[in-house]
Amino acid sequence: MTVLAISVKDLSKKYETGFAVSHANFEVPLGTICGFVGPNGAGKTTTIRMLLGLISPTGGSAEILGESIKHPEKYLSHVGAMIEGPAFYPALSGVENLKVLATLGGLPMERVDQLIKTVGLEGRGQSKYKTYSLGMKQRLGIAAALLPNPKILILDEPTNGLDPEGIQEVRDLLKKLAAEGTTVFVSSHLLSELELISEYIVMLRKGEVVFAGTMETLLLQQQPVILVKAENEKDLEKIVAIAHADGHKATIRSEVAHIEGPADWAGTLNRKAFEAGITLTQLAPQLPNLEETFFELTGDRT
Amino acid sequence: MIRVVAAEWRKLRRPTLFLGTLGAALFFTGLTTTFLYLMIDSQQGNGDRGRRIGREVLNLAGGSVYGFASVGGLLGIIALCVFAAQTAQEYTYGTLRNLLVRQPGRVRLLAGKLIAMKIFALLLVLIAAIVSVSISLVLSKKAKVTTDLWFTSAGFHAIGQTLLNVTISVIYFGIVGMVLGLLLRSPITAISIGVLWMLIIENLIGAVKPVTLKWMPGNQLQTIAQGGSADVSYSHALTLGTLYVLVGAVVAVVLFSRRDVAN
Repeated sequence: MTVLAISVKDLSKKYETGFAVSHANFEVPLGTICGFVGPNGAGKTTTIRMLLGLISPTGGSAEILGESIKHPEKYLSHVGAMIEGPAFYPALSGVENLKVLATLGGLPMERVDQLIKTVGLEGRGQSKYKTYSLGMKQRLGIAAALLPNPKILILDEPTNGLDPEGIQEVRDLLKKLAAEGTTVFVSSHLLSELELISEYIVMLRKGEVVFAGTMETLLLQQQPVILVKAENEKDLEKIVAIAHADGHKATIRSEVAHIEGPADWAGTLNRKAFEAGITLTQLAPQLPNLEETFFELTGDRT
Repeated sequence: MIRVVAAEWRKLRRPTLFLGTLGAALFFTGLTTTFLYLMIDSQQGNGDRGRRIGREVLNLAGGSVYGFASVGGLLGIIALCVFAAQTAQEYTYGTLRNLLVRQPGRVRLLAGKLIAMKIFALLLVLIAAIVSVSISLVLSKKAKVTTDLWFTSAGFHAIGQTLLNVTISVIYFGIVGMVLGLLLRSPITAISIGVLWMLIIENLIGAVKPVTLKWMPGNQLQTIAQGGSADVSYSHALTLGTLYVLVGAVVAVVLFSRRDVAN
């Protein structure tokens, strides 16, 4: 029997105001990077908190490394997590903050110095946490999550506040960890980043899982799009009409016509536009990406 | 459990917290003990609430720790503030979630934190006791207090008994602070309510209806430190104080172990 890193069955959390998470079902295989996406308030953090035993589900079940989330003590020693951003004691240094957690978890102190270097905080480890920039706090949060040398790493928005170089470093670090066998379950608003590193994706909308599976399957479900710009903006209406006439869905967004259709239909469109006296300034077939797919599935364009 | 205690101690031992708290404790200890001796002939009194403590009391075997016993209530208030802040800040900083990921046993986490804070309080009480007895000894000549009985076996017994009483009182005050921190999840609110009740509201109610002091939690804890008072016996204070603390602790433990950690 294959042990899954995470297995969620009908998991729900209901508050008086309604469901924060409703009958969620998904599985994450061991050793993969799984992106966890959804608009704000979709229930990502609530799900993560339930997986970590911080809040109790009102329905359903879940297992981490084959152990029920009812018994977090059985699996949390193999889990590293950063939930809703880094949280540390302001008056303690970065190193001392990590040592508090290392002491609590019975982890070797040498690991603290190693991780301070790994996340690029060498030279600032002895500074008080309250003097750290947002990016440095984020790096310390990642270091804390890595302390137990985890089999599963759960990160909630790990790249918040990081500069482009920092984002790339985190991306490389996550890839390296996954290559070494660590399962990474990561939520992020940077969908392009997730698309680069994730093999699996779980998408939430209003507490419900709208997709759970491989990134490849997700993208294959979506139609390729042809982006069209015309010399005269008013001609975009005519372009949309041509697309509709050929049975393709089309909309205009930000002075660009988005037409769902295969790349080889672009030639037909170009010819028909020319015959209609329309000069095209851009005709770009695009494969579906995570961002477009996200908007499509979650209906969130904010 | 030892790991939880050691982790908590890392936070408690930081110089600003440890030395700051010790400084406050020693300030009040020094002030109370000094007033006791230097104002021994004052008509306005030299004890708490304007009481006059004469040479005939300070000459006794327990004279060396009279000042220390008097300051027990204030040491308790300091412990209440520290315990409340150390507990509630886990919620305001959001650090509780980190702790629970590394130590999911909630009762164990709470018990470990309490043991570490008890050690902190014990150190505080011991140092305050040494300072108070030293000041008493130094000022006794100036105040014309005889110290012959202080260092007899009865004197040492009184020192030990007072140390035990003040320690119990301070730890009980601390547990009250911890319970308030857990219930209110905000250091400022927990400390404000705790101090306001113990120092002001109880005294106001007591001034209007003195009989209520026999049942007030703060007064019981203070009376434990003093080894009993004219109005409340030691055994009554110890029994009722223990009961209050136990009930509060049970409520807090049940809430802490069941409540969602959503911040």
